Amino acid sequence: MSNVDALRNQNLHLKEMYKRHRFKKKLFVIVLIPAVISLIGSAIAFGSADISFVDVYLTIFRKLIPGLNSLSMESPGHTHIIIWKLRLPRILMGLLAGIALGSTGAVMQVVLRNPLADPYMLGIASAAGFGASLAIVLGVGVFAGSYLIIGNAFLFSLISSALILALSGRKGASPESMILTGLALLFFFQAMTTMVQYFGDSEAVKAAVFWTVGDLGKSDWNKLGMTLPLVVIGEAILIWKSGELNIMNTGDASAKSLGINVQGTRILMMVVCSIMVAGVVSFTGTIGFIGLVAPHLVRMIIGADNRILVPASGLVGAVLLVLADTIARTIISPVILPVGAVTAFLGVPLFIYLIIKKKGGFA
Amino acid sequence: MKVIVEDLYYSYPGKDVLKGVNLNLSETEIMCIVGPNGSGKSTLVKCVEGLQKARSGKIMFDGKDASGFSRPEIARLIGYVPQSSSQLFSSSVFDTVLMGRKPYYSWRCSDEDIDIVANILQLMELDDLAMDDFNNLSGGQQQRVLIARALAQMPKLLLLDEPTSALDISHQLEVMEIIYDLVHSRQIGVMMVIHDLNLASRYADSIVMLYEGRVFADGCARDTLTKSNIEEVYGVEASIHDLEGTLSVTPVRRVKKEWRRN
Repeated sequence: MSNVDALRNQNLHLKEMYKRHRFKKKLFVIVLIPAVISLIGSAIAFGSADISFVDVYLTIFRKLIPGLNSLSMESPGHTHIIIWKLRLPRILMGLLAGIALGSTGAVMQVVLRNPLADPYMLGIASAAGFGASLAIVLGVGVFAGSYLIIGNAFLFSLISSALILALSGRKGASPESMILTGLALLFFFQAMTTMVQYFGDSEAVKAAVFWTVGDLGKSDWNKLGMTLPLVVIGEAILIWKSGELNIMNTGDASAKSLGINVQGTRILMMVVCSIMVAGVVSFTGTIGFIGLVAPHLVRMIIGADNRILVPASGLVGAVLLVLADTIARTIISPVILPVGAVTAFLGVPLFIYLIIKKKGGFA
Repeated sequence: MKVIVEDLYYSYPGKDVLKGVNLNLSETEIMCIVGPNGSGKSTLVKCVEGLQKARSGKIMFDGKDASGFSRPEIARLIGYVPQSSSQLFSSSVFDTVLMGRKPYYSWRCSDEDIDIVANILQLMELDDLAMDDFNNLSGGQQQRVLIARALAQMPKLLLLDEPTSALDISHQLEVMEIIYDLVHSRQIGVMMVIHDLNLASRYADSIVMLYEGRVFADGCARDTLTKSNIEEVYGVEASIHDLEGTLSVTPVRRVKKEWRRN
């Protein structure tokens, strides 16, 4: 074999190797999707009232395909109600929140150039908590009726994000200035929340504190309908820009020299992440650790390629959150624990394990 | 690509860095920019790359004003190799070099891009490292990957900011030889900031000596790396020998001189 042929063969080998390498990463996402779907099915079956897997899927199919109703046997009414009114909205909200928290966590870590970044780092959760406290304790809000609390929480998280962008934008929107203004606002809103709660009556304060602890129990179909477009559109934008995140990960000067509008992309990503997280926090309260742990977990398995990492972190976030919520619902059933506490119980040991075992995944 | 820099001024708040720099780079040429720390070498390269906006003056690419080029257009003309590049979360070598194709695609890279990268990896003898993490490589290997990424941009001009300063002598020669071969096989221009005067004298077609934001001397090694220039610019007495046609500069001692203030 001539030298030229040998070189060409080696070249082909290199390309094949790269394509296989890329396919393996994609496979991870492809495997995750059915895993998530079957997890949802089993999560519905678990709970204080016993429902079999068959009933779960029968009930769902019957609802989706109206014609099926007349053909099959009668389903017991309370099963239908438990699945349709209680468990399914709750689990789907867990799915959406997990996707949003996992993906935004992955994006924030790259955009802020900080492996400790998570979706709440920029004070979004504490601003939402302040908005909610204002509504619960003082009854003050921009929206009336049942959306008083949620609307307030959403509005204040957006105000906090807008402030961060406006303030750090004057310093060229660098990761450092964003983190510092974010932390400053976080403490500011925490202090404001404390002030509001200090002067509130004890029942209202208790309700406000419970609101901030993440809980999926407040989910219903209306809220799902509002969260769904937010998460779907946001996720699409994050995935669309994820290739640029890879390049930004090599440093601002490098990325600019490769033709990336670094500042523009950074601001767009912050805005999209803020809106997604603000939406989720307003409906569920603060659910910690998902946004921190999911991206690190995925990086250890498939590496740092954001094109795969961003969607995969979302799916892993969803798995972790639905799992944590199932534990929260069943562990001392019929009492349902707030999932925000359970994710921390689940997340802290997992996170410490990752740090001890780390294989070059962090810095 | 012909590059002309005309009367370039650049200042940070409170400090003038470049004070009227002029230079001329032809299509196939290695230009080494030397000078003491703080003389404005890196700033000059960043201005040419468009990473920093000059206060006044002109930069021309093939007779066209550089300020009229968009960032992606510049990315197709100029490959920039930074001093070092740290990745917070490490990409593979193949993916890192593939980033050099970004100026040519908007959403997904094509099979052709993968072809080009595979060829460049072979050229740079990086094929065995292709799937390794960038952060796990040695300094010399990282430098080769960054040059490979710049080559993937198919540039007409390479800008390098101290490509050899973190390398041992063997890897210094390796990198310089790679660059020398590339210039002549691909007909590209190179503008390189470098501290090592011996490497500069050996590989440069022209040397630009910067001092306090101005071009102090400009020309071939014999005209620029003189005893008096080095003493004036660096404040160092040097002995200069001719070794088989290339100059060898050996610093002997620091000489006291009155630092000019501006």
